[in-house]
Amino acid sequence: MPNFIMSYLGIKDAVTPGAAGSQFWALIYVFIIFAGVSVAVMAMNWLERKALAHFQIRLGPMRVGPHGLLQPIADAIKLMLKEDIIPAEADQFVFWVAPLIGLLAAFTVYTVIPFGPSQAVSDMNIGILFMLGVSSLGVLGIVVAGWASNSHYPLIGALRSSAQMVSYEVAMGLAVVSAILMTSLNTAGTGTLSMIGIVQAQQQQGVWFIFKFFPLGLIAFGIFAIAMIAETNRAPFDMAEAESELTAGYHTEYSGLRWSLFMLAEYAAMIAVSSIAVALWLGGWMRPFPNLLNAPAWDFIFSLFPALTFFGLAAIAIIGVVRMPAHSFFKIQRIGLAAFAAVLGFIALLLLVIAVAGRSADGSVAARFREGIDYVYWFVFKVAVFMYLFIWYRATWPRYRFDQLMKIGWKVMLPISLVVLIATAIVGVLVS
Amino acid sequence: MVPITTFHYLVVAAALFVLGVIGVLTRRNVVIVLMSIELILNAVNLNLVAFSRMWGNLHGQVFSIFVTVDAAAEAAVGLGILIAFFRNKETINVDEIDLLKW
Amino acid sequence: MNPALNSGLNSAVNGGMAPVATPWFFYVLAGLAVASGLAVITRRNAVHSALALIVTLLSVTGLYLMLYAPFVAAVQIFVYAGGIMLLFLFVIMLVNIERSSKDRQFNRMWPVGLAAACALLALFVSAFVKGKALFPDRMISLPESSNTQQIAGMLYGEAGKMGEYTFAFEIASLLLLVAILGAVIMTKKKI
Repeated sequence: MPNFIMSYLGIKDAVTPGAAGSQFWALIYVFIIFAGVSVAVMAMNWLERKALAHFQIRLGPMRVGPHGLLQPIADAIKLMLKEDIIPAEADQFVFWVAPLIGLLAAFTVYTVIPFGPSQAVSDMNIGILFMLGVSSLGVLGIVVAGWASNSHYPLIGALRSSAQMVSYEVAMGLAVVSAILMTSLNTAGTGTLSMIGIVQAQQQQGVWFIFKFFPLGLIAFGIFAIAMIAETNRAPFDMAEAESELTAGYHTEYSGLRWSLFMLAEYAAMIAVSSIAVALWLGGWMRPFPNLLNAPAWDFIFSLFPALTFFGLAAIAIIGVVRMPAHSFFKIQRIGLAAFAAVLGFIALLLLVIAVAGRSADGSVAARFREGIDYVYWFVFKVAVFMYLFIWYRATWPRYRFDQLMKIGWKVMLPISLVVLIATAIVGVLVS
Repeated sequence: MVPITTFHYLVVAAALFVLGVIGVLTRRNVVIVLMSIELILNAVNLNLVAFSRMWGNLHGQVFSIFVTVDAAAEAAVGLGILIAFFRNKETINVDEIDLLKW
Repeated sequence: MNPALNSGLNSAVNGGMAPVATPWFFYVLAGLAVASGLAVITRRNAVHSALALIVTLLSVTGLYLMLYAPFVAAVQIFVYAGGIMLLFLFVIMLVNIERSSKDRQFNRMWPVGLAAACALLALFVSAFVKGKALFPDRMISLPESSNTQQIAGMLYGEAGKMGEYTFAFEIASLLLLVAILGAVIMTKKKI
């Protein structure tokens, strides 16, 4: 175990806990991921309500904390205190187990997500296959939830949702295969299925796979981006759980904490498929323009980005403090928001210190620490862009009718992804 | 503790196989009979993969992939037959599916 | 946390998968597999049986990972747990009639079936007892380099040569096509 602390601080060679066989450190990583995903889901919840509201020219939650920042906490407390209603004729055991299946499937995927070259819980040899397979287990949770509710609307919603997810899994898988084909064009000549290996292949070939064999990488990425929205039942493919269509679909009969488990599973699945997209096409943990702008000065500038992001967030918070009305009603909110801005500023200063202290590329402790933070930052930044895109799509596009949805999945996405796969293979063979 | 050898895996596979055979021969619900057949095929797969590890080559693993493919095809067709039958006779009781009896 | 069982960090043997606390994981997974297998054949409700079968399939996946067969484990999750079990759940929902849950659980022939299964069990036990000497006490480690790559080599063949199982692979794809057609035709209302 001391190997890990030392490797994390950059003294020894870095290796994932799975590769070294240390269960304790793997458990620590799992706890960190769990905590991180929970915080991310709460932040996503807040961002979704605020962003949707601003898209619709209204304000969203403003009361609970300054600008509604404590709204997710209030929601969580409310859901925990709600009465746990189970329908009379429902199958008790299956009703109880259904959200757990979805949650298990959504969270198990996080063991192979590559936050950095050695920052993953366990870099399996079949990482991408594992991720796709386990995320397809989430469909089982939805089907069982709809069945256990013993009512029409949940059952119809569950069957529609599972049919949709199964259809788009095919297109998703083919798009992923065409990205994996590109990893075999390395100098070593062997492809890899491990997530860390795929990002390292992009690093070695010096190009993000979205730009490789233009426009094949772009089309494959587009297919995956559309399929992943359908896979997580988000707008515009949310026919199965839309409030105006099916009274909330498969989670109609679930109230309180059980419903929050479904919501947690849905957001966690969104983050998981976004990280597949980021790792496979957008270069994972690499900073933008790794080849065009590769002078050490550009390295330093890009390593300042974490600090700049937090400074930007602190500045937005301070602007919010300044613009709040100077009324005694808002005193506590002003103080709260100012404290939040102070915390963000402190984190930004810390990151700035680390970026400046570790600015040289030698193997010193500070440099490795800075590199570790940079890897995680760029990965999370790209995933956060995808999360914002999810919310943007929901605010902008009307939802598809179910038969239109299935038609697109089978008649449009599948042929395009097959053509892209064959074209990628042909171009790959011709190039090498 | 004793190190885990091939024999341990074979015992587990045999236990699953016997459970599957009991399920096929004694259950009344046709769907559960089909699920017991899947249990039998899984036991066979486990056996194959354990032997593949024992001999150190991959023939067992490739064979088990083919067995999995076969199980998928058989489950699909078997359930299709069940649905077609159910449409005619409205029962999933093995005792009542006896149209060939005289 | 068991350094005695580690075969070294990042060892290239066994494809880079270091064994960790092996007996404990084996007994838990094997016990879970057998217990949920028992639940599959004894539950009255078909959905409970299906869920127990999913647990069995996932614990067998764990056993495959312990046997250094990661690709077979991935195929098992994809095809069995993600595909076949979904199919079973759909069909259970389609044909589940209320009467069946109040029916008897075991069919008319259950004594005969149980006797046959006991005979099979006796056969297995005698085979294992007599043949225990045949199995080596130590397991050979699989060759290095990626498991998936080697399976692909056997299935597709190296450059310029046919693999050992290429023909069987093509026949398997034909089999799947026939199964798809069969399932669609069986369940159509009017052919």
